[in-house]
This record gives sequence, C-alpha cells and structure tokens, in this order.
Amino acid sequence: MANMAQAIRMALHYGEENLGVQEIFGEDVGPPLGGVFTATQGLRTTWNSPLDERGIIGAAMGLAFAGVRPVAEIQFCDYIYNTIDLLKLAGNACWSTNGDWNVPMTVMTPVGSGIRGSLYHSHSFDATATHIPGWKIVMPSNPLDAYGLLISCMKDENPTMYLKPKALLRVKGDEAIPGEPPLTAEGEKQLRDMIDAPLGDRTKWKPKWPKLADFIVPIGKAKTVRTGSELTIVSYGRTLPLCAMAADQLLKEGRSVEVIDLRTLWPYDWEALSESIRKTGRVIFVNEETEVTNFGEHLIRRTVDELFYELEARPRLLAGKFTPGVGLADTLEMATQPQLPNIVEMAREVLAERA
Amino acid sequence: MKKSSLTKLDPKLLAQIHDLMVRARALEERMIRMYKQNEGYFWLGGPGEEAFNVPLGLQINKGQGLEHEFLHLHYRSSAILLGMGMEPMDALRQMKNTATDPFSGGRNFVNHYSIRKWNVVPVTSTIETQYATAIGTGLAQRKSRRPDCKGITIVNGGDAGTAEGEFASSLVWSTRPGEELPILFIVTHNAWGISTAAATQHGEKHIADRARAFGMPAVTINGTDVEESWAAIEEGMKYVREERKPYFIESKVSRLYGHSSASGANRAESEKDPLPEFEAKLEKAGVLTRKEMDEIRERYEVEMREKAAKVKTEPMPDPSSIYDFTYYKQRGKYF
Ligand SMILES: Cc1ncc(C[n+]2csc(CCOP(=O)(O)OP(=O)(O)O)c2C)c(N)n1
Repeated sequence: MANMAQAIRMALHYGEENLGVQEIFGEDVGPPLGGVFTATQGLRTTWNSPLDERGIIGAAMGLAFAGVRPVAEIQFCDYIYNTIDLLKLAGNACWSTNGDWNVPMTVMTPVGSGIRGSLYHSHSFDATATHIPGWKIVMPSNPLDAYGLLISCMKDENPTMYLKPKALLRVKGDEAIPGEPPLTAEGEKQLRDMIDAPLGDRTKWKPKWPKLADFIVPIGKAKTVRTGSELTIVSYGRTLPLCAMAADQLLKEGRSVEVIDLRTLWPYDWEALSESIRKTGRVIFVNEETEVTNFGEHLIRRTVDELFYELEARPRLLAGKFTPGVGLADTLEMATQPQLPNIVEMAREVLAERA
Repeated sequence: MKKSSLTKLDPKLLAQIHDLMVRARALEERMIRMYKQNEGYFWLGGPGEEAFNVPLGLQINKGQGLEHEFLHLHYRSSAILLGMGMEPMDALRQMKNTATDPFSGGRNFVNHYSIRKWNVVPVTSTIETQYATAIGTGLAQRKSRRPDCKGITIVNGGDAGTAEGEFASSLVWSTRPGEELPILFIVTHNAWGISTAAATQHGEKHIADRARAFGMPAVTINGTDVEESWAAIEEGMKYVREERKPYFIESKVSRLYGHSSASGANRAESEKDPLPEFEAKLEKAGVLTRKEMDEIRERYEVEMREKAAKVKTEPMPDPSSIYDFTYYKQRGKYF
C-alpha cells in the first residue's frame, strides 16, 4: 500500500536500473534529504544541484542531448516560472531542427494546493505547461498511476513534465504496484522499513528495493473512474478524488455521474472525453489552476466546437479563483480552491439545467 | 611555399585557415546580398569573427556522442562550421528558408545550425541559453561519471549576453568541487549588444575576471589575430580535455556588418577587419602571394553566387508539414 511519494521513488529506482536514467537531480533531491517530499530517497543516481532553476532545466536539456536520460526536479512549481524560455526550447528543439534532435528528459514538480502553502507553495502549472508545445504533460491522482506514468515518461523520446499533486503525495493506493509487498497493514510497514530513510543519521542507510516490474500507464490515455449516464466530470490531480467522492454522493441521490481522470493533460485523450460527453450531454471540467485562460477553457472550446449539438447543458469549468495567490488562512484557501461541496453544487446545477 | 618567418604555425595550415576565412566571408557576404535582394527575410552572422572561429572549427574533434565535442553555439558561428567541413550550400538554403535546409527545413533563421551527427545542438535565438544547456553535456562528460572520456563541451556567445543569468549559472555549475565540468567557455566580445555599447553597461574590467573568481584559468585575447587565437584555443582545449575542468577564453572580435539585417547589414568602417591584416602577414611571410589570394577570393565569390542561384530553384516547405516533428519522428496533426 505505497503512497504516491513511495510510488514515485520506486518508479525512479526502476528507471535508473532498467531504463537508462543516469542523473536524477535538483534542489535537495540527493542525500541526505532525498527531496522535500521524500520522493527521491535512497536512489543511486540522485544528487543535489545548485539552487538555480534555470541551471536545472538547462542541465537536463544538455544531458538529454547527450543521451543520458535525466530526471530533473523543480522543488515547487511555484519556482519553475523563471525557466519558461528553457522549457520552450526543450519543447521546440525537435520541431525547430525538423526532427534532427529529440530531448528525452523528464521534469518533475509538485503542484497545487492542499498543504496550506500560501502564495508560493500552492501554485498550479497546468495552464502554462499545456501552453508549451513539444512537451507531454502528465499528472497522476493515485500511487499506481504515479508509478506507471513516471515509467512512461522515462521511456519517452520527448520532454515530459510530471506534475505531482502535492496534496496526494501521502495518500495510499488501493491498487498494487507490481512487486510491492501485500496491500495490508503488515505489507505497508514492510515497505516503509525497506525504502523509507530513517530519521536522524542516514549516512549508513541503504534501501532494500522490492523486485519491481515494468508497468506503464500509457501517455495520452484517460481512465474512467466512475461510470455514469447523466453528467461527465473531467479532472486530474488533487481534485480527481474529490470528483469521485462527489459522484458517490450524488449516486445516493439517484444521479448517475461519470468521472474521468485525464491523467495526461497533453496530448490528451479526446476520444475518451468526447465519447463520454456524447453519452451524457453534460460536462464539467474541474482543476485547481486559476480560472482565466485555464486548460479547462480549451477543453470547453473543443467541446463546443465539436459536440455543441449533442449538449444538453452549458459545459462548465470549476477552477481556482483568479487571485494573485492562495491565501494562507484555511478560510482563504478553501474559498480560493475547488473543494468537494463546490463540485457537488455545480454538478447539481448542471444536472438541473434544461437546454 | 616558404616557411613563415613570423609564425609558429605550419604554412600549410596558415594557407588552409586563410582559405576557410575567405570562404566564410564570401558566404556571409553572399547571404547579406541575398537579404538585400529579397532572397531571404533576415540575416545575422559572423563576419569579423573568422580569425578566431576558423581556428576553433579546425581543432574540433567532431562526431556524435560523448567522445566528441558538444557544441552550444552562438548565431555568429558560420566560420566554425565551415572549419568543421560544413557545405556552404546548406547555410544558403537556411538563408532562403527552403525545404532542403538541413538544419531546420525552412523553419529557422540563418546561422541557426543543428547537426546531430556532429554534436551541434540547436542554435537558438534566445541569448545565453546555450550556456545553460552546455552544463548538461558537460555533466554527461564529467570525470566523476566518465573518467576516461576525452570529449569536451564548447560554448560560445556574445559579450552583452553575459549579463543574463545563464552565464552565471554555467560558471557555478562547472566548478562544483569534485564535480568540475570539461567545458571550454568562449565569449566573443565585439563590444556591442545590438546598439548598446558594452562600456555603458559593464563595470567589470574583463569578462574573463568573472571566470577567474571561480578558479578557472581565463584569458583575454585578440580574436582578430589568427595565431593568437589558434594558440589560445589549442591551450584551452588541451587543458579541458586533460584536466576535465573548465577553461575560459574572452576573445575580442569585430562586428563587420552591424548586428543584423535589422540594422541594415552595412559595412561598419570603424571595425577592424581581421582578413586584410592576416593577408598582409601571409604575404610578408611568403606563405601566399597577393595574386593567389585574389584568386581564392574570386573563386569563392563565384562559388557562392552560383550556389545562391541554385538555392533559388529549390522548393519551399510544404504547408501541410507544420505539425511535423513536434514530437520525435511524429508527422502530421496528432491531436
Ligand atoms: C533573451 C534574449 N533577450 C533579448 C534578445 C534580443 N537580442 C538579440 S541579439 C541581442 C544582443 C546580443 O548581444 P551579444 O550577446 O553581445 O551578442 P552579439 O550579437 O553582439 O554577438 C539582443 C538583445 C534575445 N534574442 N534573447
């Protein structure tokens, strides 16, 4: 019963042992800390970089040019913004050279709210990330997907951006990662003892990795996590489990809501989305990025362009409020970021709407 | 050919350098003419940097992979590429943005090279970002990871660009204790950033002083002098290759046709031209006669004129190709 941070660690271990990943680096990524969310503890090829985000992305690009598959971390996506022209260069290297170069690199960065992170530990990055062509952008919502998506990223021949929903990093999965100990309290403890660094002195500590297997979640494939017939909710990351909870709650009221975990933001699974929207005629896109020029707005535009005459209600977006930041106080974070009651409320509205 | 009295370099090599310098000049001047004749939308390039760039190109161990040099180049590097053996026709194709342009298929500006089989990573318009990507190939070639690697990373860029953060980044990252990077740093200092004089923005005496602060050997040289350039590059490369640590060359060069076509691409008479100076030395040393040098010039002017005429007949990119290669090996609209 790995949590998402452990799943990421196990995927990286699999990557450095089997997929040619040779450099895993970023601020505080190496020993002794192993990442501010412990997602890089105990790995063989991790190291601490200078505190320099532009250097980190540039270094990753150069390593990728050299064929040394890197996984680089930006400690919080709040600090990735000064790297955007480098991200653009990584995204356009193949295109601008008419296919001569490719840039196989993965950038991981924690995103979103949910830890009372105030202005600079609550940002989202999906609107900006999906605005940079040439990248593949993924965001898991559970440990198994976290494992399988990261392996897909490390295998990809292109730059991949792995957004980690920080509110979910400690949430345990209910589906087994191939090779992890049994999904019991005992198995959970066993895994902790094997791969979690001890508190205090870690200089002599070495992890004991479970025998992990290759498992991928294909890039570009969404997952239907609740099947329903009256409304489609599309989400990813932190808000995805909330949408599933909303569907369960509405089911008790006799309403049938389908929930799709997008998993890959770009290039996304339009086939799955359009099929579901055609079936239900109603759709809400939920994410926690600020609502103006939000990625969900693109999805609404495409829904309107391609499915307008099949809709039975206005397609809607539920997203973060367009404020300069997320305020620290609980009341402020709750009022700024989409929460379960907001999702239920909007779902009821859309279900009640008569076209 | 008589042995040169002025020089330490072999007369054959001097003649080869001269030949390539003239060829590079003829190429750039032809491209400027193409711009002025509406045979290309934009020009910027390297006339005035040949005395440094040809010796650099000739000393590069070119090829693909970690055992060869990785090149993170500025947009004034045509003479480096000619020194490495590039076909001028290909630069002309990029100037005319034809489908046959092997560096970008008509997508990018002239002098924006990409030659994977020679480790030439994409030249980008974004000033100084090449100093950030150089960190990465340097990391891949560093001693702590690959003790026997002989390849090195080379990066060059202008003087104004050193104010950007990536320049500082590259100095920090290449000198982490125990993890030094085998990078030959080059700054071609032409004293301008478009219209802004370096002297109005930079208080440091030498850009090389900034590298010295990180403990790397650093020199400031006259990059319009062939032999001084050759020697500095030779020494710098040897140091980086053997010590697996960075070395810094600040090379004072000329900008003979202004910043780019945006500022007219007209000859700047105040700038020192390295070519006649070198030719005077070659003549004096008996390496080449004036007549021979005039013939070389004539030959390359004809070459470039004929090649430019041929490029005009080549096809433009197919509009249906706009999505191609957004991803590796991908073609057509993918979403
Ligand atoms: C990041 C960035 N900022 C601004 C520009 C616009 N620009 C193009 S060239 C240039 C001047 C560069 O001067 P220098 O680094 O000295 O190189 P030089 O052109 O003189 O060789 C500027 C400001 C750019 N291309 N990239």
